Amino acid sequence: MINRKVAPPIQDPVAFDLQLKPYDYYTLDNGTPVYAVNAGAQDVLLIELVFFAGNWYEQQNLVAATTNFLLKNGTRQRSAFDINEHFEFYGAYLNRRCNSETATLSLHCLSKHVNELLPVIGELLTESIFPEEELDIYKQNQKQRLQVNLKKCDFVANRLIDEYLYGFNHPYGRYTSTLAYDELEQEQLLDFFRRYYTNGRCLLFVAGKLPDDIIPQLNKSFGTLPFNKESLPHFNHPPHPAAEKVARIINDEQGVQSAIRLATPFPNRHHADYPKAQVLNSIFGGYFGSRLMSNIREDKGYTYGIHSHIENHIQTSAWVVSTEAGRDVTKATIKEVYHEMERLRNEPIGEEELYLVRNYMIGTLLGDIDGPFQIINRWKNYILHGLERDYFYKSLEVIKTITAQELQALANKYLQPEKFYELTVI
Amino acid sequence: MIAFNRFVLDNGLRVLVHEDHSTPMAVVNVMYDVGARDEDPNKTGFAHLFEHLMFGGSIHIKDYDEPLQKAGGENNAYTTNDLTNYYCQLPAENIETAFWLESDRMLSLAFSKRSLDVQRKVVCEEFKEHYINKPYGDAWHKMRELAYRVHPYQWMTIGKNLEHIEKAKLEDVKSFFFKHYTPANAVLVVAGKVTTDEVKRLAEKWFGPIDAGTKYTRYLPEEPKQTAPRYLEVYADVPLDALYKTWHMDSRLEKGYYVTEMITEILGGGGSSRLYQSLVKEQQLFSNIDCYHFGSTDKGLLAIEGKLVKGRTMEEAEQAIDEELEKIKDTLVTETELQKVKNKTESMIAFEDMTIMSRANSLAYYELLGNADLMNEELSKYQAITAAEIQQYSRQIFDVNNSNTLRYYSKR
Repeated sequence: MINRKVAPPIQDPVAFDLQLKPYDYYTLDNGTPVYAVNAGAQDVLLIELVFFAGNWYEQQNLVAATTNFLLKNGTRQRSAFDINEHFEFYGAYLNRRCNSETATLSLHCLSKHVNELLPVIGELLTESIFPEEELDIYKQNQKQRLQVNLKKCDFVANRLIDEYLYGFNHPYGRYTSTLAYDELEQEQLLDFFRRYYTNGRCLLFVAGKLPDDIIPQLNKSFGTLPFNKESLPHFNHPPHPAAEKVARIINDEQGVQSAIRLATPFPNRHHADYPKAQVLNSIFGGYFGSRLMSNIREDKGYTYGIHSHIENHIQTSAWVVSTEAGRDVTKATIKEVYHEMERLRNEPIGEEELYLVRNYMIGTLLGDIDGPFQIINRWKNYILHGLERDYFYKSLEVIKTITAQELQALANKYLQPEKFYELTVI
Repeated sequence: MIAFNRFVLDNGLRVLVHEDHSTPMAVVNVMYDVGARDEDPNKTGFAHLFEHLMFGGSIHIKDYDEPLQKAGGENNAYTTNDLTNYYCQLPAENIETAFWLESDRMLSLAFSKRSLDVQRKVVCEEFKEHYINKPYGDAWHKMRELAYRVHPYQWMTIGKNLEHIEKAKLEDVKSFFFKHYTPANAVLVVAGKVTTDEVKRLAEKWFGPIDAGTKYTRYLPEEPKQTAPRYLEVYADVPLDALYKTWHMDSRLEKGYYVTEMITEILGGGGSSRLYQSLVKEQQLFSNIDCYHFGSTDKGLLAIEGKLVKGRTMEEAEQAIDEELEKIKDTLVTETELQKVKNKTESMIAFEDMTIMSRANSLAYYELLGNADLMNEELSKYQAITAAEIQQYSRQIFDVNNSNTLRYYSKR
């Protein structure tokens, strides 16, 4: 008979020697940098073009996001339908995304089709025309989508907490409105497109089972474009955090839950506290076994889920706790969040818990760097944040060696209720 | 091609091993052949609530998560109308931890009253978060009730209402466990950096001693063929009118299932699909439109749903959908369009199969369907579909007598 009460022996992930596969580096004829990870067994590819074309660079709300969204909606030669038809015929996914500093165009495809697809991406980046009727449809449908979203307490809370942290005029704090959609004009999109895409600053990230001729192919489609010639304008957007720390909003009288957000400003990834705070954050609310989950979900049953995270902004960041909890237990939930902060400030984390969290973080990190897309994504993050090449190993070392005393000191520095914005939206 | 080895333990547990030595990780996936369709109509939501209780401690181990996290692993689970799946991923060196944990909760739960009390509340909050506190959150509850008269697909996995969950008792939990959570009702898939010999040894060691229990035989009422269109109108505090339509389709292993998958791709897959191009772009009747099917094991539903552009009427919207459906019934799809959806399917399968977690999950599901080899036959089944078959099945499915329509109006 086996003894089921005794756990089988394990090898501590803390002792693992994790390696992040290095990227290969190339430059195209026009100087565009290419970061490549050639790995994986499946014949699939990811090609991501990153432009410094986020809302950091726009002069008017929504211009960056709209330009990015409508990149697939018409060139001098092709209609929106033709473009979609082309990529979908090859079973490829062409996605775009607009962030704060950057905006991306990413292609997932079977490796065998890549040569049919790259030239059309080149065309989108130089010959997009942002047709008036496409813009009109976009405005109409986005406004409708916004109307529906505004009925959701979590959506409203996410907008407001960013506004409190950074101010509405900051790229991280700004959000959409019907009026902002109405004010968009084709000419603004064209200007933004020419300046920040066609003549913009571009970086390429490619991963998967790369065909032998991938660099010549990239060069053919992108190496002759006017990327990276002009330097980026320098915009300074200082945050203007709200003065009032507490807000209670009733968005829906009938609401049965409230969206709760507690947030405090936090430095960017270059700060020495950042990797350490990642460990503290895990313990606080960063995984299923965290203090917040154990107490507020698994002990009290106030919510389906409660999480904390540190935002991944380039310039300045924030530490955020978020949950949707029963309307009648809103106050009790907030009280317990503060209680968990207090425990982290007042009591050193026990050895057993710290050992568990180290193992958990490293074990899951091992899974997170498994596969070409995951690897390139991590490198992309480091590169866009301007971090050193050994950042991965340094933060790994922090997970392995940080002490309970350091974590407690960190809790005392940051997890102070009076530094937190406290928002509830019903 | 996903290679695997298969063996069956004496107690009936089916074990599949998919070796992939390119990853440092291992996945242990246990799929139980029980879902919301196996529930008592007066105790709905139970299979899903039960999934939560599976983390509330087993007979010898008071906490499931801690030892797994200590071993560097993470896990999750989900319940559908058809099945319940538990999966964890951890560094391959520590795979025995997963065998220990999974086998103990297959052996027996701790049946803690406290866990039930807490998880009832958690699931009620989950219900509120997704189905009550969201605009249009009740639409699919209503649609399922409309489309199914006797088959248990008439309720959602989360359950018909909060009361059913609030009423769950510990004796219900116990009887549910011993009825459904037996080795013969489960499939174990281990994938990643493992060898079949090692998995065999560990499976015998940890799962071998579990009592076979009684194999549950499923007798579900078959949904009678629908013979007249059904309509339901709802007025709610939502900003826009929305339209939901469904049609009954073939079950998972029937030919029609595969053809239906292609039909939904042609109609609703992506920016070049027919419904998007015609109804969102050209006619501007809908601000969004989707066409998909439920992927159900028994006879499922093909669905079209969208929100109307303000100022357009429900009649216009429905008529425009009907016109598109008439086209696919009347005219053969072109070779190019057929090739496009086949290429898309090939690509979808390639991307789906990238992670060992997804491969393990698929293997378990096909084994549950009766044969894990089916996983490797899927692509060729899609590739063999002809334009004539698409037309034939479109005619069969998009028969007005087979349709259910939910008109979800914005109350002024």
